[in-house]
Amino acid sequence: MAYLELKNVAKTYGEGTTKTEVLTDINLSIEEGEFVAIVGFTGSGKTTLVNLINGLLKPTRGEVLFKGVPVMDTSHERGVIFQNYSLLPWLNVGQNVAMAVREAFPKSNKKEVKARVDEYVKMVNLYPAINKRPKELSGGMRQRVAVARALAMNPEMIIMDEPLGALDALTRGNLQDEILKIWSKDKRTALLITNDVDEGIYMADRIIPLRPGPNATLGPEFKIDIERPRDKTELNDNPEYKKTRNAIIAYLMGIGEERKSASKKVYTLPDLSPKSYVA
Amino acid sequence: MKQSVAVNKSEELKVAGMLKTLLFKINFTLPRLDGKGLARNLLIPVVSIILFIVLWHFGAKALFTIEADYKIQKALTEQGQVAADLTQACIDSGDISCQPNTLPSPAQVWASFNTLIADHKVISADKLAFREKTAAINEKRIAQGKEPITYTGRPSFVDQIFTSLKTVFAGFVLAFLIAVPIGVIIGLSKTLRNSFNWLIQIFKPVSPVVWLLLVFMIVKTMTKDSNQDSAFIISFISVGLCAMWATLVNTAMGVSSVDKDYINVAKVLKLGPLQKVFKVILPSSLPLIFTGLRITLSVAWMVLIAIELLAQSPGLGSFVWEEFQNGANDSNSKIIVAMFVIGIIGFLLDRIMLIIQNTVSFNKNATA
Repeated sequence: MAYLELKNVAKTYGEGTTKTEVLTDINLSIEEGEFVAIVGFTGSGKTTLVNLINGLLKPTRGEVLFKGVPVMDTSHERGVIFQNYSLLPWLNVGQNVAMAVREAFPKSNKKEVKARVDEYVKMVNLYPAINKRPKELSGGMRQRVAVARALAMNPEMIIMDEPLGALDALTRGNLQDEILKIWSKDKRTALLITNDVDEGIYMADRIIPLRPGPNATLGPEFKIDIERPRDKTELNDNPEYKKTRNAIIAYLMGIGEERKSASKKVYTLPDLSPKSYVA
Repeated sequence: MKQSVAVNKSEELKVAGMLKTLLFKINFTLPRLDGKGLARNLLIPVVSIILFIVLWHFGAKALFTIEADYKIQKALTEQGQVAADLTQACIDSGDISCQPNTLPSPAQVWASFNTLIADHKVISADKLAFREKTAAINEKRIAQGKEPITYTGRPSFVDQIFTSLKTVFAGFVLAFLIAVPIGVIIGLSKTLRNSFNWLIQIFKPVSPVVWLLLVFMIVKTMTKDSNQDSAFIISFISVGLCAMWATLVNTAMGVSSVDKDYINVAKVLKLGPLQKVFKVILPSSLPLIFTGLRITLSVAWMVLIAIELLAQSPGLGSFVWEEFQNGANDSNSKIIVAMFVIGIIGFLLDRIMLIIQNTVSFNKNATA
């Protein structure tokens, strides 16, 4: 039995004529300790998929099983890092993290909460900014707070929804390394949603492309057989990396072509010429 | 506010708002008070005030002339030339007994203001003397279990201001206690919102006068047996009922339009329903709630005058009405003084709310 399993999951939005099926026949299984990346175009239903897994949404058809039990609601076992950080702007860094800690460990006293908050804020190198509000932080720092908040709850699985999408390339690289470091320490199961193929290859064990919606479904998986820890500069010369990267990009481009040709309807224009009003 | 020291250097800068405060935060320097800055922040407001007073002065003078001519003409047609000349002489001499009743000039208003302040000093001294005189007697009366003797003389203008402030504050607290909890409950449930909407839409535009009458009907009966001051109760309840709608609507809107990301966070952290309301929904709707409260306070202050006037409750409203009924030669200028005092206090109340809003809520961008 897989750790996380999606069986023929479909999700529709709307009713009647406005009804659109965003996801169709999603089948996915993730083993414990695995790092899986799902790569897809923007608007292909990635966030919907994440919300189905973390329990914010319920599937219209099919089942989401977490450790063999259907996912009915959100759970502290699955930590989520949102695309837009979603920090509460009226709380400072420490308070944002503390709120999660208090919920995940309701029995711990003030001292224990503070110790845990400090530990995780230090882990993402934000201890000097612990009393700052999200507004005073840069995008990368905010995302680190979100990482600290998700991890401080000690989840068994981390779900990341395009966590680095809004960041510049340098910050992105740094945070990728930080997330990998944290992940490799106690090998939590991780699911990364991204639109960056390189990011997926650098971080994940497996990459699964998501075909664009409506009726989005998962494509064939690509295994990444590159030994960890991976080195970004060496990766460029790795033949395995090049091969996988080309295969994934070719696949995604192929979908793009398909999509274009699918709408290749020929419209015949009426044979008209503008009327001249000049005398 | 760290920069308040700098801001205090110029009263005008305080009004200049958020943009300037932002500049302060960036480089902590005073904006240059030379050339354009000085003109915009200090000179133009002062000039506009002077212009206003000058226009007022000449407008009042023109109205005065019309009134005076009419008075003389009337004396001429009714009593003949001698009476007309006498009236003319009387008006020119500045005798207060025969001044035409019209819009007072700025100088008259200023004089009335000073009269009112002098009057207040006299009454305060009176009160103090009364208290000293009755102190010994009151001690005895209290020891005997009797009610102490209280001062029942005429309240001064300043006393009226404080009475009004007390009423408006009580009304505001009432509005706050009713509107915010109901607003939160309505905001949380779409069903409740839809079922209460008609009620809000119907009662929101009802005039303060009607509210007063409604409250009067109820409070009159309920306070029949007690010797409480029912005028105060009636006026503050009416003020509260008139003014609470803005807060109610804004709170409901704020609560119902909380950013979906925050709700998702609350769900992922698995906050309980009460925690969700107090830790996520209320803080994030605080800016809108405060906007509502600011409107409520200014509406409360505005309707207070009308309500005091009708409810025979002491305060600025009854002061204005009594002066109007009084018809003394300086009544008109006293009314104008009251008008300015009402306006300035309303403005100050709004500023105080803005300061509270900026310290309490995370959204530091609120401006007038």
